[in-house]
Amino acid sequence: MQLNDTNQAVPAESGAYKPLIVAFCCNWCSYAGADTAGSSRLSYPSNIKIIRVPCSCRVNPLFILRAFQRGADGVILCGCHPGDCHYTTGNYYARRRMTLLFSMLDYLGIERERTRVEWISAAEGAKFAATMNEFAETINRLGKNRKLRDLRCEI
Amino acid sequence: MQKIGVFVCWCGSNIAATVDVAAVAEALGKQPGVVYATDYQYMCSASGQNLIKDAIRDYGLTGVVICACSPRMHEATFRKTISSAGLNPYMLEIANIREQCSWIHKDREEATKKAITMGTAAIAKVQLNTPLTQMKSPVTKRALVIGGGIAGMQTALDIADAGFEVDIVEKKPTIGGKMAQLDKTFPTLDCSSCIVTPKMVDTAANEKITIFSYAEVENVTGFIGNFKATIKQKPRYVDAEKCTGCGLCTTKCPSKKSLNEFNMGLNTRTAIYIPFAQAVPLVATIDPDACIKLKTGKCGLCEKVCEAGAIDYAQKEELIEREYGAVVVATGYNQIKPVQYEEYLYNQSRDVVTSLEFERLMSASGPTAGHLQCPSTGKLPRHIVFIQCVGSRGTACREKPYCSKVCCMYTAKHAMLVKDHYPEVECTVFYIDVRTPGKNFDEFYRRAVEQYGVHYIKGMVGKVEQGDGCLKVQASDLLDNRQLHLEADMVVLAAAIEPDPSARKIGTMLTASMDTNDFFSEAHAKLRPVESPTAGVFLSGMCQGPKDIPETVSQASAAASKVIGVLSKDFLLSNPCIAHSDPTLCNGCSQCQNVCAYGAISYEDQMVVDKGVRETRRVAVVNEAICQGCGACTVTCPSGAMDLKGFASNQIMAEVDAICN
Amino acid sequence: MRDIREKLLKKIHELFDAGVVDRVVGWKAGEFCYDVTPALFNAGNIDEILYDAFCGPNQSKFLVKGAEGGEKKILALLKPCDTYSYNQLITEHRIDPEKIYALGIPCTGMVDINKIRALGISGILGIEEDGENLKIETLYGTESCKKADVLLERCLVCKGKNHVAGDELLIPDEEAPEVPKCAERMTEVEKLEAMSPEERFNWWRSQLSKCIRCNACRNACPACTCRTCVFDNPSSGVSAKVNTNDFEENMFHIIRAFHVAGRCTDCGECSRVCPQNIPLHLLNRKFIKDIDEFYGEYQAGAEPNVRGPLISYTEQDVEPSIVMTRG
Repeated sequence: MQLNDTNQAVPAESGAYKPLIVAFCCNWCSYAGADTAGSSRLSYPSNIKIIRVPCSCRVNPLFILRAFQRGADGVILCGCHPGDCHYTTGNYYARRRMTLLFSMLDYLGIERERTRVEWISAAEGAKFAATMNEFAETINRLGKNRKLRDLRCEI
Repeated sequence: MQKIGVFVCWCGSNIAATVDVAAVAEALGKQPGVVYATDYQYMCSASGQNLIKDAIRDYGLTGVVICACSPRMHEATFRKTISSAGLNPYMLEIANIREQCSWIHKDREEATKKAITMGTAAIAKVQLNTPLTQMKSPVTKRALVIGGGIAGMQTALDIADAGFEVDIVEKKPTIGGKMAQLDKTFPTLDCSSCIVTPKMVDTAANEKITIFSYAEVENVTGFIGNFKATIKQKPRYVDAEKCTGCGLCTTKCPSKKSLNEFNMGLNTRTAIYIPFAQAVPLVATIDPDACIKLKTGKCGLCEKVCEAGAIDYAQKEELIEREYGAVVVATGYNQIKPVQYEEYLYNQSRDVVTSLEFERLMSASGPTAGHLQCPSTGKLPRHIVFIQCVGSRGTACREKPYCSKVCCMYTAKHAMLVKDHYPEVECTVFYIDVRTPGKNFDEFYRRAVEQYGVHYIKGMVGKVEQGDGCLKVQASDLLDNRQLHLEADMVVLAAAIEPDPSARKIGTMLTASMDTNDFFSEAHAKLRPVESPTAGVFLSGMCQGPKDIPETVSQASAAASKVIGVLSKDFLLSNPCIAHSDPTLCNGCSQCQNVCAYGAISYEDQMVVDKGVRETRRVAVVNEAICQGCGACTVTCPSGAMDLKGFASNQIMAEVDAICN
Repeated sequence: MRDIREKLLKKIHELFDAGVVDRVVGWKAGEFCYDVTPALFNAGNIDEILYDAFCGPNQSKFLVKGAEGGEKKILALLKPCDTYSYNQLITEHRIDPEKIYALGIPCTGMVDINKIRALGISGILGIEEDGENLKIETLYGTESCKKADVLLERCLVCKGKNHVAGDELLIPDEEAPEVPKCAERMTEVEKLEAMSPEERFNWWRSQLSKCIRCNACRNACPACTCRTCVFDNPSSGVSAKVNTNDFEENMFHIIRAFHVAGRCTDCGECSRVCPQNIPLHLLNRKFIKDIDEFYGEYQAGAEPNVRGPLISYTEQDVEPSIVMTRG
């Protein structure tokens, strides 16, 4: 793999490329929201993979960077709506952390659309599916993550 | 390396129709560490569970991965299953290949591929699982109720009724709270005293209940099942055991100028006083700020007249240590003093009063013995103007953003009572909205309007001015769109309700979270409305938000039932998926303590051996009985000393790696 | 500066003689006079303590280890800006002020050797302040330059002459000299923000690719006081001794800056010590700028025992999507 094209986002080649998206979902709202989407048979791309965490505040910036390093093209963090956190305040801390982290990634020139936070309740299956479809579309448009990945993981 | 068994469920055709379950089992069977992989029609059925149990025994499995429906559905079921086969229940991971795979994808190949990835991630995670055990902690079978108003009394009575000991700590000399000060209650118009004083007597008479009146909770440490509280018993300067409550001292006391708190300062009391005739305990208390003996050493009249010999000027403050299994906050409310509302002339005219003051003016036990009279003249008012929402539902900084909830109803009650006794007195109510949700509430309000002829005008009062022998009220009628200039003899302000100022301090000592208005937050606004997010702390009454008496009593009983739920257990089992700190990595920086919503983290000096060096360090310690396992601390910790069992950093990263491969 | 040093040495002797302290963290020159590092001194070598325009290093971090042991208190010499780090370390319980005697000392602005070199001045033997100018003694004779041109980055945006912590001041803050503000703190950050993402990416790559992972930034940073850094802890899953690729270069610096976000006092030690001259402080300042804009003005260490912005919240905080929607 040549390093010289790392600055260029590779546009999605038709059919061959499917962006890989990691979704961190809090157990109480968003993971349940994903279940609701499933029960309602609301489809979203299969390359979105969900990791269950107890609360959005459990998500360390290291996990997000790790996902990008290993080849994720987008990372989304979903939690309870502010004020509805199962642990009362967890998502408030997550909100500050993610705001600053995303701003920093943007500052480093990494496409700011690759990261996202969305508050999705257990009842909002439709919102979950819609969010995932929309996010997948965004990442599809951006193409492969080249700026923030470990090229050794490409092989 | 674990010996992992993988069990792929068909869920009938729910999964099998879209996911090639046999292919998933086959692919996952090749993953490192997997010694057994199979698929079955219904894993959650008895025979499915037996299949898992048999495999655990036959293959000596140390970890189990189940590819099935959401863990929210059957995680508990499968934990029991593997536990009954001798495996630690937390050596289980579930790949959600139904809700998050088969149900949302149509393409069989695509869904199968995804299911394999999800299973791989679960395998990667279970590789790093460690056996976890639920912690058992004993329960002290006694409850602390902070506040002795109707909420506190009801909670205490219900807990005592279930056979448990309860302590009530009340900062005033008597229990009874605000309800004892009310004249009548809406919508039935029955006498407040007549229903609350028997409750006070019941509370005092209940042998399971200990009342610490004229006392404050100074400090609380510990956690659910094991709280330790320090109660400060303020000196009464009267031996409560000896005092008979005869009241002779109060008639002789020469210091007579203290404002009578019970009557909202509308009249005065003596330095030695009994708040009201039905006070519980019926014991005199000396106000040290007013007592001539305590201030100058001269006087001692009360001591001379007391036949019981109960006066004790040397009494000292006392600290009492007690242990509890649960704590109920019932700190109640106050009505704001609308001193900032100069436009309403409160503080300038004695004829402008708050509604709680009006309660006292209307009460048979009040300063006027229930005869309605203008405080300035002593004459019956001809016209009373009631102003609603004073300090509530506002956006300015002097205003509370919330609705105080009870004002609409008590104002209708006030107007109705006035009309009942003095039909000739005119009553006008200025309101923004009239809110009457509640059983028989709207009927009550309509009766005030339709039967009693109370004038309701939608609009705000702009100004109250002192006129010649009356108050001049300037207001707008929003429905008629006109300015009104009225003359009134009295103005009653429905001033906003706010939490008692003691609540903040109590919230801090209990690490119970509060909202920006200093009302206690509930653990879940809909589903856990009487619990604080801090385990073992429950909420009763107005301390959680404005509410009327029946609501307060229901919440009080609900809180009691939650307390009984705690106290009836001999041991509490806690969720083992909680945070823990590695003392060798901990910097002692306290950041984790700051983000913990439960106060589960404390710091202590510990002997730590790190890189061969033995030293005493200040390190974080997680209280396993309090931690709820959110993980906020783990991300705040820069050194990575804090980790979460069951959702450890390396487990989550292993899942990330498996997904991204 | 010379008279300040004389006064300082006199004061240190007094404190030793009075038995208040038995050791002091001071500054010591290395092989070259501009090569100044904090060092521990005791009663025997007090007079070797240096205090001149090269004494930029922030000492507060050295108190974490320095305050341990010893019979009496340790003397800390704190310039006004050092007191912010000092407060922050107190807040985080990394130092115990009971074991420290903190003496606030005035500062007239510290110089950046790289900026002097950039003026073509070499063979430096000594430095002397001369009003607004610096007299530099070199192997090749005396040179002179404007002090404002060679100040350290942090001194260009000096936090002021007031000490925000300490037990005693060498001279009252009102009488101390003022370092005139020479630059706007966020100018460089704003310049980067104004670039296109591509330009920014390339610019940061050009900077961060210079990183040799020497860990100097981490070791000098008064906020990086972890007993074991995540990057050194094999069980953290991210430990690494070297950057093996672009990603690891990026990650190390993102995480380093993130870990000190809300705690960084903007002392600029990271950039000062970087042997590759990577402007690392621009990462920290970005966090500071965001924190100020999103959550209200905040200066870490301005007072002890306050909750930093990342361990607090308000219900009305901005959503992370603000990053997407702004400019």
